[in-house]
Amino acid sequence: MLKKSLALLALLCLTFALVACGGNEDASNDASDTTDDSTSEDTSSDSEEASGDGGKVEIFSWWTGAGEEDGLLALIDLFEEKHPDIEVENAAVAGGAGTNAKAVLAARMQGNDPPSTFQVHGGAELNESWVAADMMQPLNDFYEEQGLMDKFPQDLIDMVSKDGNIYSVPVNIHRGNVIFYNKAVFEENGIEVPTTIDEFINVLSQLQDAGVTPLALGDKEAWTATQIFENLLLASLGPDDYRALFAGEIGFDDERVREAAENFKTILGYINDDHASRNWQDASQLVGEGEAAMTNMGDWAKGYFNNDLELETNVDFGYFAFPGTTEDFMVITDTFGLPQGVENPDQVKEFLSVLGSVEGQDAFNPLKGSIPARVDADKSKYDEYGTDTMEDFQNNNLTPSLAHGSAAAEGFLTKVNQEVNIFVTQQNVDQFIEKLQQAAGDL
Amino acid sequence: MRITKDQLMALLFLTPSFILILIFVYGFIGWTGWVSLSNWNSLMPDLSFAGLKNYIYLFGDYRFQADLRNTVFFTILFIGLVILVGLTLAILLDQTKKMNALFRNIFLFPMALSFVVTGVVWQWLLNPSTGYNQFLKLFGMEPLWYTDTNILAGFQWGSIEFGLPVAIISVVLAAVWQMTGFSLAMYVAGLTGIPDELREAARIDGASELQIYRKVILPMLTPITMSVIIIMAHISLKIFDLIYAMTGSGANFVTDVPGVYMFETTFRGNYYANGAAIAIIMLLLVAVFIVPYLINSRRGAS
Repeated sequence: MLKKSLALLALLCLTFALVACGGNEDASNDASDTTDDSTSEDTSSDSEEASGDGGKVEIFSWWTGAGEEDGLLALIDLFEEKHPDIEVENAAVAGGAGTNAKAVLAARMQGNDPPSTFQVHGGAELNESWVAADMMQPLNDFYEEQGLMDKFPQDLIDMVSKDGNIYSVPVNIHRGNVIFYNKAVFEENGIEVPTTIDEFINVLSQLQDAGVTPLALGDKEAWTATQIFENLLLASLGPDDYRALFAGEIGFDDERVREAAENFKTILGYINDDHASRNWQDASQLVGEGEAAMTNMGDWAKGYFNNDLELETNVDFGYFAFPGTTEDFMVITDTFGLPQGVENPDQVKEFLSVLGSVEGQDAFNPLKGSIPARVDADKSKYDEYGTDTMEDFQNNNLTPSLAHGSAAAEGFLTKVNQEVNIFVTQQNVDQFIEKLQQAAGDL
Repeated sequence: MRITKDQLMALLFLTPSFILILIFVYGFIGWTGWVSLSNWNSLMPDLSFAGLKNYIYLFGDYRFQADLRNTVFFTILFIGLVILVGLTLAILLDQTKKMNALFRNIFLFPMALSFVVTGVVWQWLLNPSTGYNQFLKLFGMEPLWYTDTNILAGFQWGSIEFGLPVAIISVVLAAVWQMTGFSLAMYVAGLTGIPDELREAARIDGASELQIYRKVILPMLTPITMSVIIIMAHISLKIFDLIYAMTGSGANFVTDVPGVYMFETTFRGNYYANGAAIAIIMLLLVAVFIVPYLINSRRGAS
């Protein structure tokens, strides 16, 4: 009898524990929801501080690499200095170009557990997914309050807007159509910086004859190869038709797309044999060590050259715009928005205002190797590369990057990356074009 | 029939875990199956019925065909080597009674690592700018087989080249390095379980050591081999972490497997229905191995 009652007791405990777990969470969620809705902003933040679990801002990003992490931490430090009462949780998920972080984010958003604010590239990645799914809060009032409307170029604000509403705050600008090169290798072989695709291919074959790997590629993750392809597309289509291509106004069977694919094939003949076992850092390392002459990478590679390889800008390595795209600026912009359903929107807005301030952008960008999204940032804080790029940013045509999710939705990009992976080995232009056309159905 | 108190007690204790498994295993398998038949290929759920559309798409997909090819070769090589190496080591251990425990622990230890760790370690070992490649460079050799895109004994089958991808071998080596300890431990246990009287009897009958192993011991180890095959098959058919950490998908998808494709297509491309269809196919692949085993062991029991 004793045994039986003990067992029953244990069973009851277990059941109650299970029910209580589930129930508690619901109850607390409901409670916080109603506080947010029914009370004024001040009291809701007060009560959260009093209960001890409020006043926390969770910042979700994929900035865990050298340089980018330094920038993020500097930004967090600045925020903590200004708001010592708000706790910051750095919820960064490792993985190049956010490949892992985006998966984690999607799961959290669908599970109704959004981070307080998250890193998202301006353009399709923001507008066609999160905004289209009605998961972001408009920030128009915030922009007005903070006086941000004239602090960003209009083109950039358009990239983070949909149907007249603004949905995120850009923190930085990266350029995707840059080629970094080893100065010593260029000098030894008497090479001039190429500005057109033809010149570029000449230079590549010249270098190969000299016994240097002409172009370093690390496509263990396919986006690095996709990045070369997008620059070739931009070179043969020009900025307007490049945008039209991803708007579905020009088909992938266009003659100029084929030309880009043919050029891609030619260029792939000049890359390092072990490209598939390298990532972009490993490829950049080849350039740094002088084993390869050039690599196409976004300007985060500059931070890698400076900080990790301890090379000096314009002494050890140089840079130029991807040939054929010298008048264009392939924009990659990291932005942060305010998801629907976060518990403490006011604290999150505090963070966004630091992020959007001159001070915040100047704390973050010099370390990350990007340039500020604001036009009135302090130029003296940036190195020669930074000021050069800032100038190009104001004068060139701005085009959204495909490889980084700004030009087209994530689903299309995934398929393009797949086809690029196959193309790099098989180099079958007809098949590549055909598959891209099929994938364009997802645009 | 009367239910005794003990039986009632047992039933009461089984019920909670039975319910939990029913929901969180079988319920979710059903849910995945349902999603795989839906149109949910975007960020937000769309559960309208699509029939077999997602499965038809997959079997025509170059990448998925490559995945199936890779899975076949990975599974065959992996299971074969794990059994061969494990059995050889176990027999050697059986012969040397000295330091038996020490050797056993050394070989068993890699199993304590997760596949992610193994993947990262082997990725470092095989990376062109670190590891043993640097060593080989000293001798003017440059092996690239870690990401080699060649297909051995290949022939065109559908849109893919069917044959053994060279790069798979490097992944198999890493997996075998980690899992051999398991089959070794199983075989050592099996060998210890064979009574000495049998060997004695065979010796008296004039059998050589080799004959004893071939005619007496190996046949008695068959049930263990069966267990090893089942356990290794389910590991290899759903492998993800090792490949993801070690090669990504490989150039031309020569080391891609359904697990990696499932992850990328679902969580990067937001093609949830396609991803669910891959998951269901993986489940069916494992079932092909497990179900006959279950039927067989049930027959044996009754």
